Amino acid sequence: MSFWKRFSTNRGAVFGLILLFLVIAIALLAPFMFPRGPWAMVQRPFLAPFDAAGLYLGTDTLGRDVLSGLVYGARVSLLVGLISTVMALCIGVPLGALAGFYGGWVDECAMRFTEFFQTIPNFALAIVLVAILEPSLGSITLSIAIVSWPPVARLVRAEVMSVTKREYIDAARLAGLSNMKILIGQVLPNTVSPIIVMASLMVATAILLESSLSFLGLGDPNIMSWGYQVGAARTVIRTAWWLSFFPGLAIILTVLALNLIGEGLNDALNPHLSRKGRA
Amino acid sequence: MAILGPILGRLLKAAITLLAIAILNFFLIHAAPGDPAAVIAGEAGAADEQMIADLRAQFGLDQPFYVQLARYVGNVVTLDLGYSFRQGAPVLDLILDRLPATLLLTLTAFGISLVGGIAMGVAASARVGKIGDSLLTGFALLFYATPLYWAALMAVLVFSVNLGWLPGFGYETVGANYTGLTRMWDILSHLVLPASTLGLFFMAVYMRMTRASMLEVGQQDFVKTARAKGLADPIIRRRHILRNALLPVVTLAGLQAGQLVGGAVLTETVFAWPGIGRLMFESLAARDYNTILGVFLVSAAMVIVFNIITDIVYRLIDPRIGHKA
Repeated sequence: MSFWKRFSTNRGAVFGLILLFLVIAIALLAPFMFPRGPWAMVQRPFLAPFDAAGLYLGTDTLGRDVLSGLVYGARVSLLVGLISTVMALCIGVPLGALAGFYGGWVDECAMRFTEFFQTIPNFALAIVLVAILEPSLGSITLSIAIVSWPPVARLVRAEVMSVTKREYIDAARLAGLSNMKILIGQVLPNTVSPIIVMASLMVATAILLESSLSFLGLGDPNIMSWGYQVGAARTVIRTAWWLSFFPGLAIILTVLALNLIGEGLNDALNPHLSRKGRA
Repeated sequence: MAILGPILGRLLKAAITLLAIAILNFFLIHAAPGDPAAVIAGEAGAADEQMIADLRAQFGLDQPFYVQLARYVGNVVTLDLGYSFRQGAPVLDLILDRLPATLLLTLTAFGISLVGGIAMGVAASARVGKIGDSLLTGFALLFYATPLYWAALMAVLVFSVNLGWLPGFGYETVGANYTGLTRMWDILSHLVLPASTLGLFFMAVYMRMTRASMLEVGQQDFVKTARAKGLADPIIRRRHILRNALLPVVTLAGLQAGQLVGGAVLTETVFAWPGIGRLMFESLAARDYNTILGVFLVSAAMVIVFNIITDIVYRLIDPRIGHKA
């Protein structure tokens, strides 16, 4: 149980984990808590928090329950964060692995390609992609994946390069294993821990990206999300602060939880690296 | 000059990257929904078959694919970014009109985040494990999780709406017709909130990086030597550790410049800052693809320029780099 022990010595990480479980539970229970859904008009608009019984966070510009929107928004954030990260891994891991394993011109091409994508301002590219593909859950997720895979490719490449130099890889070659078998069976499993750490931080970044896109009005028009709530309330910030305040708080807590978990995972999975140059 | 050779290499690379972005842009335009000619005809308020066909011919849309690509790239090279039918002006003019405001905003935010982040990082590393370090690290963690646009909105709420200290909207007081120093002061007061909220997130990034880097360099042998010589701690920190610890921070700052330019879209939207980010936001609602892609191209170019500048700064801080390359 040494992994769990090391993880739980980081109090922040445990706090993050509890927070994340809470957000997941809320997301799962949304339809039971608010069976009418987040779009239903429940009262007159612009009710401040606690002004009306049962409406703890008040109502928005169209008389919708803010709390209900928050609860449903958790689903979108988590879903987009998770799926876009998995998709980014599906691009970054193979590319980085091939570059690091084969070196030479494969490496050269793959890294030029990665560098190109790193040069492009990633939020601007995400905006352009969503605008052109038309906003939908799919296009948002895809766009976030497209802008977030380059760091994965670089990380996996570096890890694969260092693992490939080890003696057991020479042994595997002598045993006659094919390149693919060595890469998949021997090299990649030893690069998993830094990838897991990076993935947890990527989910956090993806949630921020998704919320920023929705804030700009590039969210899926049929789905309630935190960024949309803030964006819709942007122009009434002077009169109705709670409409933007609470969804923002939800984003901060969720992203914070994931970042804390990432740090805890880093301490637990890479003990020799913990607390060193990471930003 | 040993510095010129690598810079020329960088410029060549920058040109190739821009060309690649122009090609990417071309494909994106073609992926955009609707035939450009039909869209234009619709926007012009007429849409009979003949007019669309004429427009197609006029814009070369009846030409083969590679001719269109060459034509588009040629246009971009000659700084022709197309025409915005929504705004009734060439995209380049729109962008050039808005660019100074964005440069002012992003450069100020970059300065604030770099200076603030490094200062906080140094302060935290000097108190490592103590309450001051925990506080600063905690703040950084919080800023790191805060959406840019939300920080901007809350700043408007607190400092503009409630306290009334700073203007929360626009670039200068409309209709005041200030000139000279008064005008500069007016713009400056409008700049404070957008620049600091845009810088906040990046300040957190640079702070974490500086702290980690200071701690790492602090463990190296030459620092032990300095300490053994009997040098005072502040001098060691400033002259020996900081100078070496700054290198990775500058590298990271250069890489992050792109994020700063992207983040400006959000900040400018909240503060109605008349920059290219706001232009992009306005074009989104109108689905004005020419303008959206023009802003995208220009912001990518800005990132490349930022990167070249960081590269030069890097070589100035650390003369060893030039010899290695």
